[in-house]
Amino acid sequence: MIEYLQILGQEIYKIIFLLVPILVSVAMIVWLDRRVWGLVQKRRGPNVVGPFGLFQTLADALKYIFKEIIIPASANKAVFILAPIVTMTLALIAWAVIPLSEELVLSDINIGVLYLFAVSSLGVYGIIMGGWASNSKYPFLGAIRSAAQMVSYEVSIGIIIINVLLCVGSLNLNDIVIAQKELWYVIPLFPMFVIFFISSLAETNRPPFDLPEAEAELVAGYQTEYSGMMYAMFWLGEYANILLMCALGSILFLGGWLPIMDIYPLNLIPAPVWMLLKILFLFLLFALIKAIVPRYRYDQLMRLGWKIFLPFSLIYLVLTSSFLFYFDKLPKVNL
Amino acid sequence: MIVHSIFFYFFSIIAIFSSLMVITSRSTINSVFFLILDFISVGCLFIMVGAEFLGMILLIVYVGAVAVLFLFVVMMLNVAEQKQSWFIGKKSTHIPTGLIVSVLILLELLVVVGGWKYKEDVMSSSTLVLSDITNTHQIGLVMYTDYILYFQLAGIVLLLAMIGAILLTFRERVGVKKQSYLNQISRNPSTAVELKDVKFNQGVKIDD
Repeated sequence: MIEYLQILGQEIYKIIFLLVPILVSVAMIVWLDRRVWGLVQKRRGPNVVGPFGLFQTLADALKYIFKEIIIPASANKAVFILAPIVTMTLALIAWAVIPLSEELVLSDINIGVLYLFAVSSLGVYGIIMGGWASNSKYPFLGAIRSAAQMVSYEVSIGIIIINVLLCVGSLNLNDIVIAQKELWYVIPLFPMFVIFFISSLAETNRPPFDLPEAEAELVAGYQTEYSGMMYAMFWLGEYANILLMCALGSILFLGGWLPIMDIYPLNLIPAPVWMLLKILFLFLLFALIKAIVPRYRYDQLMRLGWKIFLPFSLIYLVLTSSFLFYFDKLPKVNL
Repeated sequence: MIVHSIFFYFFSIIAIFSSLMVITSRSTINSVFFLILDFISVGCLFIMVGAEFLGMILLIVYVGAVAVLFLFVVMMLNVAEQKQSWFIGKKSTHIPTGLIVSVLILLELLVVVGGWKYKEDVMSSSTLVLSDITNTHQIGLVMYTDYILYFQLAGIVLLLAMIGAILLTFRERVGVKKQSYLNQISRNPSTAVELKDVKFNQGVKIDD
């Protein structure tokens, strides 16, 4: 029994050492997001608290902690409290399988991609629960919009993942990274990378697809009735999800923890640094797009998801598989 | 092994408890949430017996897609009132139908459990017993070779169901303005803008 407790202790130690950096980097990422947004609009962005305003998010978090949590009288209390917890938990447990280097991964499971896909498809529950339990019009409308949006874009993300898996022949995230040693998949599968990127914008409810919280029509969407720490948890979960989609994109297409080229000065830089650089690069694109692109209309969003992305990624799937089959490049399974 | 059995009992107790709560809880929303909990704990049990692919597919398909639709239906329609009327109204036809279906399911379960006795024969007749490859590969090797016909038939059944659902809900609305992207993009100043000479004190007629 003591052995098991020791193993448990080690695991908890590892989990804490994964989660604390993630939470800190979420805070930094929020700062970066606001900073980029400000620079594009010729403002300064947050620059008062700490050096370059780096501690702005921490100050905000402190403010949220000391604010009162208001639960509306007609809300369904249990579900109302559960919703932000679900959002944040799901955003954090997905990090268990993300490899930061070949060894630096909490659990190196065989079906890493499926696990990530399952967890990100569960993410819709936090939003529906929050919107329904608030028992108010705007949150409910926002929740319905976001559920429809997330379910539709998941379909094309699934097909894009199949495209990559066809080239790799394994569902393990480390295998996917190692398979890109010669050529990152962003080159042969470039159209898929673009669609994946846009779909992950829609999946995480980022602008230009932030219809669930379109402030001009729905106040703040599903978060309208939330206050204090519960609002902050939604917020943290959202940014942790964005970071997760960036990590998934860099693993599937940008070669994960591999250096750009396996030559002398570049392969001295440790693998986690490469991973972080790629995540940061994708996040910068996310932040720039938030600042540049105006919001989509709802029917345009649905048209894009179902009538353009889905058929296109299906056609590309057929192309990829026939190319691999014709040139005998399908991954071999050693039986 | 003790940790394994602790986890097994943990998940199976949650699964049984939540499946009981699905049928007993008063509020329909709570029923759906318990159903989701049930799916998740059954998925965990699948992973515990080593069928990780099935467990994850269960999570993706049932929890990620099907239960979301359930939740939608329950939230949008007032199912709670209907549920009450089934038990109070005397003319209800739902309960006998439900009883027939549940008796049928019970019989089927008995057949399946009885068939477990002949598991050895079934296992030996299957072509593939390999333990050193992942079970995703194993499923693929069996499903796309020996059972390709059943696999494609299942696909056709699903396609038919999908077409049927679309046909049932499809209605053509008249008088709805639709945006044509092609027309919008192919406009240019020469077709869109027209210069008119307006005479003093007469105005101009625009056909619009």
